[in-house]
Amino acid sequence: MAERTRLAVVGAGPAGLAGALAAAARGVRVTLVDAAEQAGGQFFRRPAEAFAARRPPAPHPREHTWERLRDALDRYRAAGTVTHLTEHHVWCVERLPASRGFAVHALCGPAQEEGVTVRADAVLLATGGYERVLPFPGWTLPGVVTAGGAQAVLKGQLVLPGRTVVVAGTGPLLLPVAAGLAEAGARVAALVESAGPRALLRRAPALAGQPGKVAEGVHYAARLLRYGVRPLARHTVVEAHGADRLEAVTVAALDRGGRLAPGTARRVRCDALAVGHGLLPHTDLAETLGCALSGTDVRVDTEQRTDVPGVWAAGETTGVGGADLALAEGHIAGRSIAARLRGTAPDPRAWAVADRARTRLRAFAAALDAVYAPPSDWVDRMTDDTTVCRCEEVGAGRVREAVGALGAGDARSVKLLTRAGMGWCQGRMCGPAVAGLTGCPLTPGRRPFARPVPLGVLAGLPEPRPD
Amino acid sequence: MRLTCDVVVVGAGAVGAACALYAARAGLDVCVVDRGQVAGGTTGAGEGNLLVSDKAPGPELELALLSAGLWAGLADELGPAVEYEPKGGLVVAKTPGELSALHGLAERQRAAGVAAVRVGPRELAELEPHLSPGLAGGVLHPQDAQVMPALAAAHVIRASGARLHTGSNVTGVLRGRSGAVRGVRTARGDIHAPAVVNAAGTWGGELAALAGTHLPVLPRRGFVLVTEPLPRMVRHKVYAADYVADVASDSAALRTSPVVEGTSAGPVLIGASRERIGFDRALSLPAVRALAAGAIGLFPFLEPVRALRTYAGFRPYLPDHLPAIGPDPRVPGLLHACGHEGAGIGLATGTGRLIAQALTGEATELDLGPFRPDRFGAPGTSPATRGGQTP
Amino acid sequence: MSPAQPAGSRPAAVFTVTFDGLPIAASPGQTVAAALWTAGVTAWRGTRGGGRPRGVFCGIGVCFDCLVTVNGRPNQRACLVPLRPGDVIRTQEGTGHEDG
Repeated sequence: MAERTRLAVVGAGPAGLAGALAAAARGVRVTLVDAAEQAGGQFFRRPAEAFAARRPPAPHPREHTWERLRDALDRYRAAGTVTHLTEHHVWCVERLPASRGFAVHALCGPAQEEGVTVRADAVLLATGGYERVLPFPGWTLPGVVTAGGAQAVLKGQLVLPGRTVVVAGTGPLLLPVAAGLAEAGARVAALVESAGPRALLRRAPALAGQPGKVAEGVHYAARLLRYGVRPLARHTVVEAHGADRLEAVTVAALDRGGRLAPGTARRVRCDALAVGHGLLPHTDLAETLGCALSGTDVRVDTEQRTDVPGVWAAGETTGVGGADLALAEGHIAGRSIAARLRGTAPDPRAWAVADRARTRLRAFAAALDAVYAPPSDWVDRMTDDTTVCRCEEVGAGRVREAVGALGAGDARSVKLLTRAGMGWCQGRMCGPAVAGLTGCPLTPGRRPFARPVPLGVLAGLPEPRPD
Repeated sequence: MRLTCDVVVVGAGAVGAACALYAARAGLDVCVVDRGQVAGGTTGAGEGNLLVSDKAPGPELELALLSAGLWAGLADELGPAVEYEPKGGLVVAKTPGELSALHGLAERQRAAGVAAVRVGPRELAELEPHLSPGLAGGVLHPQDAQVMPALAAAHVIRASGARLHTGSNVTGVLRGRSGAVRGVRTARGDIHAPAVVNAAGTWGGELAALAGTHLPVLPRRGFVLVTEPLPRMVRHKVYAADYVADVASDSAALRTSPVVEGTSAGPVLIGASRERIGFDRALSLPAVRALAAGAIGLFPFLEPVRALRTYAGFRPYLPDHLPAIGPDPRVPGLLHACGHEGAGIGLATGTGRLIAQALTGEATELDLGPFRPDRFGAPGTSPATRGGQTP
Repeated sequence: MSPAQPAGSRPAAVFTVTFDGLPIAASPGQTVAAALWTAGVTAWRGTRGGGRPRGVFCGIGVCFDCLVTVNGRPNQRACLVPLRPGDVIRTQEGTGHEDG
């Protein structure tokens, strides 16, 4: 077992970095545990180190922020205050009995077959989020990727998902994804957004509170225009076509009620579709620790503390709101942790700037959520043979049958009666669709193992020691 | 909601489903109510074992044998949807000492009508090619089988034709002036019936209390590990001989003994841990650590295989480790069908059959004496002695 | 144009791996998925039930759709596993494991 640290930060994206740096600046010894090869998370994902790239494939809107974070991390690493464990996939955080702190269990090695355990007095969960994709016929064809996935592979690996790409779904991520793909050399055949301009206007006051964020969207749209790409608002991808890989998609307009407008369907040829409907938080580690959730988000107080003593959370895991919100939350968490580990109560006035940013950005995120709600009839547009659970190949029809004929009434009973959610991804991909088909709100599944764990690693876990 | 029927079954798990099925087939109009979903309790958190092999001669084994036959018939009727697999159980012994104790148990089981075949080390390797070498031997129990428990419960309820009310919490048991049961009160309204069957599993004690009587049902926590999908590497339900001792144990501490089986869907299921720590669902890494180590000990190929998930279930047990089945003489119209511990899926069919016979006043196929719900007396009095089913 | 150009990436030392026996080029730091995409391959798994083709979906290790067999080890996520010279990548069918 590795030596005991004061604070273990899980996730080295904006929230985790901000938290680690704020705590380290106040003298806390930090171990930063992250699955990626380099710090930065999804937002600041860089090309793989061995590529020796001088810059990201497309200009990053927060390049200076990144440089500041990276330089600070380098300084604290050199000083020995921060230990950065890269390519460590955390599968469980265990609360040890008798106030002996926490054990952060991770997997490493090329096949993630080696178990590593880090002991810590406090934990900051900054596990980020993943993309929600609402199923439609054909969405399992190779060539259909998540919008965030297309961006991640481009940023980290400098490859494109195809030559001719349609970007579709809903949410503020679509614009930068499309701009990045176009600038990296893809032909963006269409950018299809189901939300309409009216929805944006209705939320104008909340959005106007963040002129910088709105300008960012305008900036991406302008960059896209240079490539002749004009976003199609209030449109949706109805179906993906192809035999063994994607060949085309059918795009159609939505009426004001969010339903398909008859007679508007047209086929767009493409070899890649980058699709997403917003993000969902990773809450597995928090849930297993017993932290209270609120809907799909980890619940935190004004200091970013969960209701489990010694466990803080920041960033998307406490509610999706983007990198700037994650930075503010991480910063507050780091300062709170530094004070609490010394046994003192922190003075919230010390983080007043971050606090104000947090308030503003949460309101902004709530407004965006309302603007980018999925079109109202997405559940009905899943045909019975549309795969819902990609792992176990369960179609929408079988979920409907479990609900209609077998008495299933929630995600768990649907899972037990259809296997939807029992496969490799443990329901992360099919969760929203199962909830939609069952007619119940999306609740985070219980996943004691945040990642698959070799039985040999479980069997070799350190024996509890009475220290 | 105001409904009337002949019998209300409280609990939509495997036991409640079987009670509903056989009661309906006896001509009764049945409602099933559950505060959660179909198979939402212990049924949804178990492996679906239909075992005779882990039971010593006695009333539980008789019930298991009755149930095994009924399950086979139901599986024919319901088809592949319930994933019934008569795969047989293989109990293995590590040492000659363990093996002779196992043989002794098998001998007594055979006398009670159980098929139990002695297996030498070489035949072990033929039956289970991936089993660890060096085991002393074992016993094969061809009558052991498995179902997918949640699917089984759901399809049995559907086959019963009973009206199913999920998400309906029973908040009271309605009783007449004489004290006899008249139905149940739920958050969604009353259901009137002259008979109520308590198939509430781990919550059976609470339902008994609502009816003004006492049944000391307690939860015993068990974890199951589920692996990635595999081809058929484990053909039988394979477990170590010490499992039988753990099943019957009275210890509150964590006990684990490896139980490993493949499923038709692909994943290998690994049990079985037992702890008495109330309704704490929190992950226990010491428990899953012991499960993983035990499973690798039996099947070394499992070492690099990944566990995708683990879940805890709460097995409802009574102090003498026998279920409560039949009419409660203290509350006319109340029948109990709960407290089956980790064997509820396997014992469900027999329990349902006996309950239906009791409801219609027929002679029951087995003597209900050992399962009498009033055998524990009132709370605070000393419990009855153990049922004597321990090997 | 390759996205490597705007990134100013220097052409790294290239090595060879095989995919279903055929050589494909790869470079240090490249993941299995990126090398396969670059070689024009989009599917490297047949599903357990329907034998349907699958490749990258989420790209960040969450969905497990891109499972592939690398050097005889099945069920590796192609979007995460970095390549080393001589790696043997194989299309994965069914559970990825040899039959019992």
